[in-house]
Amino acid sequence: MSTRVIQFREALREAMSEEMRRDDRVFLMGEEVAEYNGAYKVSEGMLKEFGERRIIDTPIAELGFAGVGVGAAMVGLRPIIEFMTFNFSLVAIDQVINSAAKMMSMSGGHFGAPMVFRGPSGSAGQLSSQHSQCFESWYANCPGLKVVTPSTPRDAKGLLKSAIRDDNPVVFMESEQMYGLKGEVPEDSEFLIPIGKADIKKAGTDVTVISFGKMVHVAMDACIELEKEGISCEMIDLMSLRPIDYDTLIESVKKTNRAVVVEESWPLASMSGELAYMIQKRAFDYLDAPVIRVNSMDVPLPYAPTLIQAYLPNKQRTIEAIKQVMYRN
Amino acid sequence: MANKTATKTKAEYSKELCLHWYEEMLLQRKFEEKCKQLYGQQKINGFLHLYIGQEAISSGIESAIRKDDYVITAYRDHGNAIVRGIHPNEVMAELFGKNTGCSRGKGGSMHMFSKEHNFLGGHGIVGGQIPLGAGVGFAIKYRGEDNVCVAMMGDGAVRQGALHEAFNLAMTWKLPVLFVCENNMYAMGTSVERTSNVTDIYKLGSAYEMPSKAVDGMNIMTVYEETKAAVEHIRSGKGPVFLEMKTYRYQGHSISDPGKYRTKDEVDEFKEKDPILILKSYIMENGFADDAAFDAIDERVKTAVQASVDFAEASPYPAPHELYEDVYVENDYPFIKD
Ligand SMILES: Cc1ncc(C[n+]2csc(CCOP(=O)(O)OP(=O)(O)O)c2C)c(N)n1
Ligand SMILES: [Mg+2]
Repeated sequence: MSTRVIQFREALREAMSEEMRRDDRVFLMGEEVAEYNGAYKVSEGMLKEFGERRIIDTPIAELGFAGVGVGAAMVGLRPIIEFMTFNFSLVAIDQVINSAAKMMSMSGGHFGAPMVFRGPSGSAGQLSSQHSQCFESWYANCPGLKVVTPSTPRDAKGLLKSAIRDDNPVVFMESEQMYGLKGEVPEDSEFLIPIGKADIKKAGTDVTVISFGKMVHVAMDACIELEKEGISCEMIDLMSLRPIDYDTLIESVKKTNRAVVVEESWPLASMSGELAYMIQKRAFDYLDAPVIRVNSMDVPLPYAPTLIQAYLPNKQRTIEAIKQVMYRN
Repeated sequence: MANKTATKTKAEYSKELCLHWYEEMLLQRKFEEKCKQLYGQQKINGFLHLYIGQEAISSGIESAIRKDDYVITAYRDHGNAIVRGIHPNEVMAELFGKNTGCSRGKGGSMHMFSKEHNFLGGHGIVGGQIPLGAGVGFAIKYRGEDNVCVAMMGDGAVRQGALHEAFNLAMTWKLPVLFVCENNMYAMGTSVERTSNVTDIYKLGSAYEMPSKAVDGMNIMTVYEETKAAVEHIRSGKGPVFLEMKTYRYQGHSISDPGKYRTKDEVDEFKEKDPILILKSYIMENGFADDAAFDAIDERVKTAVQASVDFAEASPYPAPHELYEDVYVENDYPFIKD
């Protein structure tokens, strides 16, 4: 498959543009997506190509336009609803959880909500507590939704295309800090990555390191560093948080007998808690150490650089966690 | 509410008040210009939304309310923080993320707070502070006090459902709230015309029969008069008022916005209506200050801004353990730490 190197944001743009070319039902709606070319330039040039019928600027009214998206999806359109960041999706979360996620079930299958809610998630510098949050586990908790968190341009493209074609509502969570990330992306416009499959980003034998989204890069840095010390990590990128590809994880843990989860969200009721549960349940007899997680601290993220430094998961903390499950401390 | 409050003419405003306004507006202006420079030097980080061009609103409102009244606003909050009385040193230290900042380095540019000054923030979710303002009004009324709460918002924020719910509640319960929309014509890159077919924002109050009015927000005397009249109405127990103050921000939305959606001509046009210049010519017409007096003000402002930078520079960053402070009231709350 021939590839070329593009940015994460370009990969997202290609995914949306290709899907819009093949399906007139797909449209993009959100704040600053059209004339401003996207707050983070993800949708740059799309207004020019598709016009204002399909690339639609909204007022700051998340609850309203998310609901408009759900209504349009119920009767056959395929909206892509962009949240400028997922912090602001909380203004709209009623429509995501109570409308989109419930539609299929409460209508007994009469109506669904085939649509994508997408945008950046997580911390992005010194933005303080209202602008630095991870709600992956909140959305993943809710049946009726699918939740996807790519970590590379290639995955972003393949997964977003699948999300747009999916007949269910998909929450697709990106990161401001990854938009400029470059990587090889296939040129083929039928390149799709299935939702619900994890990806082994690096094979290894000693410990399974599980992460998703932006934190994959932190985890990977730690794995590469430990390679030098003779610790062979198997790095698994979950990619989908609902459904979760438990089989791939369990298979890996049965081989390595150890697991570390790296995640940006707060620890309580997080993805790491769920993963540790399922690993102990399905691989209890294989474990040589308790599963350890590396999360952000259990507090709102403040503005000061020193506090951010103390708050976020990083390479060093990940290395320490891996050494802990290896009893190498 | 008295609805014909025009700006008074010649020498209706005392020399003292005019010079106070002038110095306070200039302080906000120079403070913001310094912030812009410091952002370039990476002393200030994150989102930085400057108040330049809108100073007549913060100062005009402040002089028309009492210090024991309340103010709540959005993230474009340095001006309001300073006029409420938070020392510029503490505002600058907050911008540096130092623990001597008014929010102990936890809030940054968007989240200035001071209980002592009845300044309730500094809010980052567009529209989120509007119902909070109504809630402050609720508490005032509940306790039978005669204060008012000024709840400020941008033109973009008025399209949030939060505004409509809050307006209805505030009107139904006759809460002592002055809602102020600072209409600077843009929400990021989106002009007011592109957000609604109702572009006279003050008219949004009429759906709830809330007394509402558009005000020239570039003229501090007008802002002062209209705020005084509105606050008088509110204090008398008649319920909330909504003022749309028409203004302009000279800078981009935040420091990272080049502002390509508007023309240089448009920006220049508004710079001619600069609120500081308008007041300055009033001061000169009335002979309240000569060149030497203006120079002295300039000098004081410059010194205050520089002092704030020196204070911020010399202050320490919060220590890592401060992460766990100010999260819960208890100081032994069992945080998850492994
Ligand atoms: C709920 C929500 N949606 C989106 C944003 C991103 N955002 C921050 S400021 C802003 C524009 C607000 O404009 P306006 O209300 O006119 O205030 P101004 O910046 O002009 O002072 C947007 C869209 C946000 N902070 N909160
Ligand atoms: Mg505005």
